[in-house]
Amino acid sequence: MSLEYYLILSALLFTIGVIGVLIRRNAIIIFMCIELMLNAANLAFVAISRSLGDADGQLFVFFVMAVAAAEVAIGLAIIVSVFKHRETINVDEVNSLKG
Amino acid sequence: MPRDLIIVLLISPLVGFLINGLFGKWLKGNEKLSGGIGALAVLVSLICSIIAFVSVDRGNTLEGEAGILYSWISDYISIGFHVDALTTVMLLVITGVGFLIHVYSIGYMHGDEGYTRYFAYLNLFVFAMLILVLGNNYLMMFVGWEGVGLCSYLLIGFWYEKQSATDAGKKAFIVNRIGDFGFLLGMFTLFAAFGTLDFGGIFETAKELQPAAEGMGLVETDSFKQIFGASTLVIATLLLFVGAIGKSAQIPLYVWLPDAMEGPTPVSALIHAATMVTAGVYMIARSAVLYNIAGTGVVVAWIGVLTALFAAIIAIKQNDIKRILAYSTVSQLGYMFVGVGVGAYASGIFHLVTHAFFKGLMFLTAGSVMHAMANELDIRKMGGLRKKLPITHITFLVGALAIAGAPFLSGFWSKDEILHSAWGSSKIIYIIGIATAFLTAFYMFRLIFVTFYGESRVDPEVESHLHESPAVMWVPLAILAIPSAIIGLLLGVGGHDSWFHHFTEKVSGFKVEHGEALGSAIPFMIISSIVGILGIAYAWTRYKNRVPSAEPTNALQKLVANKFYVDEIYNTFIVQPIKNASHFLLWKLFDSGIIDGIVNGVAVLIRAIGGLLRRLQTGLVQAYIVSMVVGIVIFLAFYLFFT
Amino acid sequence: MTAEMILFFIFGAVSLIGAISVISFRHPIYSALSLIVTFFSQAGLFVLLGAHFVAAVQVIVYAGAIMVLFLFVIMLLNLGTLSAQGALTGKLKGVAVVLGILLAAQGIFIAVNAFTDTEVGSADAMERATARVTNPIETSDIGELLFTEYLLPFEVTSLILLAALIGVIVLVKRDNQTES
Repeated sequence: MSLEYYLILSALLFTIGVIGVLIRRNAIIIFMCIELMLNAANLAFVAISRSLGDADGQLFVFFVMAVAAAEVAIGLAIIVSVFKHRETINVDEVNSLKG
Repeated sequence: MPRDLIIVLLISPLVGFLINGLFGKWLKGNEKLSGGIGALAVLVSLICSIIAFVSVDRGNTLEGEAGILYSWISDYISIGFHVDALTTVMLLVITGVGFLIHVYSIGYMHGDEGYTRYFAYLNLFVFAMLILVLGNNYLMMFVGWEGVGLCSYLLIGFWYEKQSATDAGKKAFIVNRIGDFGFLLGMFTLFAAFGTLDFGGIFETAKELQPAAEGMGLVETDSFKQIFGASTLVIATLLLFVGAIGKSAQIPLYVWLPDAMEGPTPVSALIHAATMVTAGVYMIARSAVLYNIAGTGVVVAWIGVLTALFAAIIAIKQNDIKRILAYSTVSQLGYMFVGVGVGAYASGIFHLVTHAFFKGLMFLTAGSVMHAMANELDIRKMGGLRKKLPITHITFLVGALAIAGAPFLSGFWSKDEILHSAWGSSKIIYIIGIATAFLTAFYMFRLIFVTFYGESRVDPEVESHLHESPAVMWVPLAILAIPSAIIGLLLGVGGHDSWFHHFTEKVSGFKVEHGEALGSAIPFMIISSIVGILGIAYAWTRYKNRVPSAEPTNALQKLVANKFYVDEIYNTFIVQPIKNASHFLLWKLFDSGIIDGIVNGVAVLIRAIGGLLRRLQTGLVQAYIVSMVVGIVIFLAFYLFFT
Repeated sequence: MTAEMILFFIFGAVSLIGAISVISFRHPIYSALSLIVTFFSQAGLFVLLGAHFVAAVQVIVYAGAIMVLFLFVIMLLNLGTLSAQGALTGKLKGVAVVLGILLAAQGIFIAVNAFTDTEVGSADAMERATARVTNPIETSDIGELLFTEYLLPFEVTSLILLAALIGVIVLVKRDNQTES
């Protein structure tokens, strides 16, 4: 079983995540896509860890998950408060940065 | 001589300035303290000066390496002192006259709003003037030169609520600026020629390069670098003289001095009679070596004698007591330039000293008169003051006799030496000089007769308040009157063999070998005395009981009364064109048009670009992410395929 | 074709389908459920790779905790009706797809080429690695590393979680002063 299969799968999952971030307007789904991208990276980590016979890659995954958990908590809280203020979570309607 | 002594001497007025300048707010309620600090600061300097003077008299000068405090711009310019006979003479004049005027000011400025400010400026002036004379190089001299110019400006415009005072201050500053420009260029030229600005270095090099054939002609030799076909030394000395013309109010830059009388009278006495205006004379005496070699003294002497005559003529027709004295100062400064110009440096400096005393005295007495007369300046509204102001009258008379060259008073000796030396150089200069001496005696005694003799024309209301000045004012007058009378006798007897000449002969360049012996001075003394007495007598006949007419009767008188319309000519041909050029070219065209145009243009351009760029800021987060991903793709592609 | 390979293709296919479903469904609930499918199949892949600890954490943290959070928020905000409005940012859609394809191509290029001619990239690297390392990576190894070599990052992670906790409370707390 070759490493490259896992890496190709990882790349495909990552790209699907990117496309999702770009084309969806619902903030929650965008957020899910970000989780998807993180997972794709995790897969690459574990696969290479396995090829090298080294546990460090798995530890990285552990840290990524911890950070992802924190990020999800904060991100969802932000979405909730945005919704409270604007009655929407569509990112194209949240455009205060427009110049 | 200990260098520390000189440092104390120099710093003391600075400390006085700082105390009065920084803590004036708290000193305001206590005039005695404020004035006392100011006077004390100068008194310390005076004591140090006396010590320095005695020390120099014993042959201990402070020159060269010993005087250097701090080497700046290594090997080229240092900050240090140069104390020799010339310096100590100047020190005594500055601190001596300065101290008396500080004391006098305590009374004169009584009750003035800016009392502490006045003493702060006055101390700062003394400090700057001391830097000017103590410096061992032209740069330090220039620093002092500018410092006294600043103080002069501040003090002329001291009563800044008065439009005429601020105008006079500006005029003095701007006119001086022209001269300073010359001084600066002169300094640059010297630096280009000698690679240093230290007196010692320049003089030594100049002496080495001195052409074998000495003479009074302009130097034409390859020893010095050439600029525009002339020796740098000639150029440099002439440019320095331009500086002296500005500072010492000579033709054509004398116009600021009469207007400078807008300042408080003690200021006129100290700055515009005794010390600052003589800075030019000091500078030329200090550069004696250069003037000797370059031979440009002739120019100095001619400018000086013409100024002397011109100013004396104008003084005849003036009716403002301080303006008469101001023109008289210009005229006497002309004499000093004649002295240094013809190579009689010691005589020029000697006249500087005696003039400082008697002209300072006369200004202070004029101040005393004004004090009594509620600031009246017009001599036509005075008369008969002799009885009411006896001390003022006597002291003024002493001063006037001294300036008029009455036998054995100080002006007699110093002026006579100059004229004697001038005879040895040029007969024409001598004749103009002697004519000026006649005019000097005439206008001075015209002033005296109209002011102190005859019928009283004083406004009755003013007359009821007429009183002699308080002791703090008349004591300095009396003290000043003594040297005014006898200093010439003490130092000047014997002409070119006098004590003063021996004292100063070691100063670089002072000892000039005159081609032929000048001969006996006695005939010259007799001529001078006769001329002076004639002038007094003529004034007596004309103004004994007559008031100067208000309106000039003929064209010539009108011309003189209006000071030859010099101010008007300057105004029409120089000031107005410059103003117009500034207004239309510099302001309207250059500043409003070009500078503002550039500034506003940049702003408009940036706005336009911003207007275009803001469209990129859609506010859509995804648009930003798209551009980010585009970047990632491009970088990855670059990384994968091009490295 | 080994059993491992068969399982890889099954899990890989399921996770890809799940991922595509995430970005395709209109209703966020469906997206969330699809994401759970993807996470589970990824956990299976981790098991295949011998990373049992990571697989377990994946199920517990991602598929469990995080996805519950997502579902909670979706229901809390009652987003079903909103997202039914549908259409995506139209102009960007084409650009995004093109960019995605380019990115995927680059990723695959890297995956195929990065490790060729290296020890790690050879076809039987994983087997040989397993053979070389006397003990395969056990959960106990990870635990040991975590509390020795990676102790500082581990502690920092706890601080990050604490900060996130406080941040969330501050963000969603009902502001008493403005409410009353």
